[in-house]
Amino acid sequence: MSHTPFPFLTVLVLLPAAGAVVVAAVPRERVARWFHEALGVTVAMATLALAVTIAVRFKVADAGYQMTSNHVWAKVLGIHWFLGIDGISLFLVLMAAVLFPIALLGARARRDPRSFVAWVLLLEAACLGSFVSLDLVLFFLFFELTLVPAYFVIGGWGSARRGYAAIKFFVYTFAGSAFLLVGIIAVAFIHQAQTGVLTFELPALMHTHLSGTAGVVLFLAFTSAFAVKAPIFPFHTWSPDAYAEAPAGGSALIAGVMAKLGTYGIIRFDLNLFPQATHTLAPLMLTLGVIGILYGAVVACAQRDLKRVVAYSSLAQMGFILLGTFALTTQGLTGGVIMMLNHGLIIAALFLLIGWIVERRKTDKVSGLKGLQAPAPILAGVFTLVMLASIGVPGLNGFIGEFLVLSGTFLTHRWWAVVATGGVVIAAIYLLWAYQQVFHGTPTEEDTKTRDLVWHERLVIAPLVIFIVFLGVYPKPVLDRITPSVDRLVARVDRADGTRQPAVALSHHSRPGAGNAATRTTAATSTNAATTRAGGTYTGVTAVMFAFAPADGVTAGTTPTGTFSGGGTR
Amino acid sequence: MLHVTALIILLPLVGFAVQLFFGRRLADPLAGAVATIFVAASFVVAVGVFVDLLGVHAAVRSFTQVLWTWLPVGGLHVDIGFTVDPLSMTMVLFVTGISALIHLYSISYMRGDKDFPKFFLYLNLFVASMLILVLADNLLLTFVGWEGVGTCSYWLISFWFTRDSAASAGKKAFVYNRIGDAGFLVAMFLTFEKVGSLNYSVIFSHLHEIGSGNITAIALLLFVGAVGKSAQIPLFPWLADAMEGPTPVSALIHAATMVTAGVYLMCRINPLLHAAPDASLTVASVGAATALVAGTIAATQQDIKKVLAFSTVSQLGYMMLAVGTGAYEAAIFLMIAHAFYKGLLFLGAGSVIHGLHDNQDLKRMGNLRRYMKLTFWTFLVATLAIAAVPPLVGFWAKGDVLDAAYARYPVLWVVGIIAALFTAYYITRLTALAFFGEDRWRDHRPHGVGSDVAGGHDAAAGPPHESPWPMTVPLVVLAACAFFGGVLSLPWYAKGTLLQWVDPVFGANLYNAHQSAGMLWTLGVVDAVVAVIGVTVAYRIWATRSEHPQLEPAFLQKAWYINEAFDFAIGRPGTRLAAFTATVVDNRVIDGAVNGVAALVRGTGGALRRVQSGYVRNYALAITVGIVALLGFMVTRLWWS
Repeated sequence: MSHTPFPFLTVLVLLPAAGAVVVAAVPRERVARWFHEALGVTVAMATLALAVTIAVRFKVADAGYQMTSNHVWAKVLGIHWFLGIDGISLFLVLMAAVLFPIALLGARARRDPRSFVAWVLLLEAACLGSFVSLDLVLFFLFFELTLVPAYFVIGGWGSARRGYAAIKFFVYTFAGSAFLLVGIIAVAFIHQAQTGVLTFELPALMHTHLSGTAGVVLFLAFTSAFAVKAPIFPFHTWSPDAYAEAPAGGSALIAGVMAKLGTYGIIRFDLNLFPQATHTLAPLMLTLGVIGILYGAVVACAQRDLKRVVAYSSLAQMGFILLGTFALTTQGLTGGVIMMLNHGLIIAALFLLIGWIVERRKTDKVSGLKGLQAPAPILAGVFTLVMLASIGVPGLNGFIGEFLVLSGTFLTHRWWAVVATGGVVIAAIYLLWAYQQVFHGTPTEEDTKTRDLVWHERLVIAPLVIFIVFLGVYPKPVLDRITPSVDRLVARVDRADGTRQPAVALSHHSRPGAGNAATRTTAATSTNAATTRAGGTYTGVTAVMFAFAPADGVTAGTTPTGTFSGGGTR
Repeated sequence: MLHVTALIILLPLVGFAVQLFFGRRLADPLAGAVATIFVAASFVVAVGVFVDLLGVHAAVRSFTQVLWTWLPVGGLHVDIGFTVDPLSMTMVLFVTGISALIHLYSISYMRGDKDFPKFFLYLNLFVASMLILVLADNLLLTFVGWEGVGTCSYWLISFWFTRDSAASAGKKAFVYNRIGDAGFLVAMFLTFEKVGSLNYSVIFSHLHEIGSGNITAIALLLFVGAVGKSAQIPLFPWLADAMEGPTPVSALIHAATMVTAGVYLMCRINPLLHAAPDASLTVASVGAATALVAGTIAATQQDIKKVLAFSTVSQLGYMMLAVGTGAYEAAIFLMIAHAFYKGLLFLGAGSVIHGLHDNQDLKRMGNLRRYMKLTFWTFLVATLAIAAVPPLVGFWAKGDVLDAAYARYPVLWVVGIIAALFTAYYITRLTALAFFGEDRWRDHRPHGVGSDVAGGHDAAAGPPHESPWPMTVPLVVLAACAFFGGVLSLPWYAKGTLLQWVDPVFGANLYNAHQSAGMLWTLGVVDAVVAVIGVTVAYRIWATRSEHPQLEPAFLQKAWYINEAFDFAIGRPGTRLAAFTATVVDNRVIDGAVNGVAALVRGTGGALRRVQSGYVRNYALAITVGIVALLGFMVTRLWWS
């Protein structure tokens, strides 16, 4: 232990937790009214700084877990304080670190800010802890711990039916977790029976041999917890109530960050621990995903308040993530992962914006709002942009995930992808409808008095807007970091089943039996010149570009390059 | 200049950014002038690139500029790359040229609108998106522009958003296009599966690996996208509603440029269509049917812009007919010709609407040739051009389309000729009602059907007046183009026509009818006779009297009840389904089951409940305390070890 590297991840988790304790411990009477909020934001910003540092130090092409720290915690029970981060969790960590300070700044509590801030910071610690835990028991603890602050945030600062929503949320997700706990213990015991070692470390448990039935049963046990958390159809009915009743910041964080634990859990644990069951049950999960996409979209069409529209749209988005995950292709799974990030950013922005509308107008019912674009053009403009991102208009971040998910799914499960594409159409219907009801039309006198975004709200939403645009235009830095980990995971799941994802899904250097990229490129170029049109006006300019596919970080590829096609050879 | 290709797109994009951040400060009319300058600069750069491209040997006249790697995921590799070749260059020239003119026109037309800068914000972004669409070197990037123009179209149609009809029309356009986009998306998935790339050049060089069934599927799926964007049967109703937008928008987006994107896409994928004769026949048939159906509808509309909208649909049908025939050059020719005369017709209509203080009702116009001389003469040129009266551009362009159709699909040629008769008829009817007859507008002073301009123009009384110069200059320029545009493709050049410079892009995929000179003369005479008959008949009927109910059956006025059909087949069942799913399935069945299980547990777990407190709050606190204790233990262990 003489030369221990700085425990980034441990600090990342403990910093907001400590912040929560400190905020809760400082008595209200002794300090200024803004003190707790300022302290909370400071802690959240410090956590963000740490997360950014982690991202900068993250090694791009490394598919494995990085910055791990592993300490024996309870030796008898085989529980470890085992943290690590890879391409799949990196951006969830970053997203959480970005969204928490934004939510704290953008949706301040109307009463008792001390408790609110403390709960929010505890939620942050729990979410970050879940994303970086590589020990199943540790994960479970963090996973469960998220419930508590979420419950108190909904129940304490929510709107009229908050009590019902909070209890429903708590009991439902808690019930799901019971299966997860049983599943975790079962896997560990099976592993112990096979190897004699009792451990809950994910990398070790991955080598547990499970019979087909055992794998399926355990898969379902794990998944029931994750399916409720995400939520996945048909386990979603807590979410519209919770999202609608929670305060704006709470909805943004619960839907944006905490719900990702469900889909993240599936990717991290289901796929790694039960690869064979993953293959067996993929059709079921894909079907649930497609149903979720269509069902969420159809039900969203019938909603009459904004938060509920967004809640059901979220169900559809979760369906896309599920679809991408169980497509078991590099594109699909990468799409699923980046969609978690994108959806978090988009839905947090939507809930913040709706929160600001509610703050001004005391309602989010579409019938009570009209023509807001006239008095509040900036609010309308930002809302439009975020809405278009959610619809999946290319150039914005939402499209990247959607396209990757669907094209990746198409490779292995064509008809699921085709049906899911229909959900893309319906998404336009309900979001544009909601927008029209609220922002278009002739404003009433009350509507015309609606204040536009004030400067601090603009500053709070600006980072989200920037990310939404940037990730749509230049997602390469993110994709370069996600893809290696995803590739490895897909390969692992496939190996267990003796299958292989379609060759087109793989990058050229990792394609089996294809020699190397160079031969393929040359072939492409020559056929190109020979077969296309008389004059051969095109040649494989991009085929040449094909050969150039290194994971070259942030700056590469930005230099404008031009190439004459065919000219040189003639 | 080739290395500044990206600048063509960048300029309007910078214009967009300028409007976004400084638009309100620039205000009316400076914001419009700035926006116009950026687009005009883009046109100038495009001309420079064009000249450079001419210097490249025809056989290798294609240049690709890659800016950065957009989507690198495993085997999927998509660049932000732009290709200039004769096809995209032709499009770029006419898109930037027309756009610059219409920007100029808009400065005057939108004068006084309270959202004046925002109009140019959208318009600049539209031009940038359209150029991305045209210049993209791969399907996915084309899709970016495709959706970009769709989004701008949504914003601009619902520009006067306080009007419910405008807001709904914008939404409708977006959703109808989205239906087509689903086809586009699936086409890309299939292409990626079969080729491993979305790059045009790679796709075309690997056609033999795809298999003919898949080629047909890809071509047809892309055509579904084109049907949405180019308003073909059955997805055309949105275009008529799109007339809710300001008239310059109708001219630029819903006539000259955006709606031709579908035709452009079909030209771009010509190797696929060539390899899939079934798909080609489908494209041609849908095109011919659309040309005819929309022509019949246009013949009965009362709103001046609706006539032009359905006329656009009909003309796009002709372009699709050409594409399906393999006469890509003719399709491009007609596209350019149409941009000239339809742009002119819309701008003329805008001038009329402007002059009549926001009246769009043809039955309340009349005799305007007395009051708006310049508008009348330019409008007349456009009328004869679209009616295909020789020697105006429409005669040559439509003639090329029909000649090819005659050789390859004679049945479709017959449909096309009948549609041509309708074309001459409806456009003359419009001109006769607006510019001839009596001053019917005197009896109906205030607003007519769907007033065009919401804010700004106060409807002060007074006789119709001619428009100011920024509106009339584009009229004159376009009129000159519509008159003399035929030189682009006159059949008598020794070394082929000017427009033949796009031919290398199509190469052997271009359909060659090998028609004799005699045959071409005959067909030309038939076209001309049909045009003259249509014009004469319509003039005789409509120039003197504005009421002929027997010639305007409700079936045609209502556009073959297509809206009602959509509403009946999709709209209403969909609404019912959504309501049913939300209230019954979600609330009662699924949530009911959840609550039922909860109640069951509560009932049987009574004994348990006595032991435990039964309050979620207490559980929650217990968990917190428990986990915090565990974590505390953990921290002490770390410190201790």
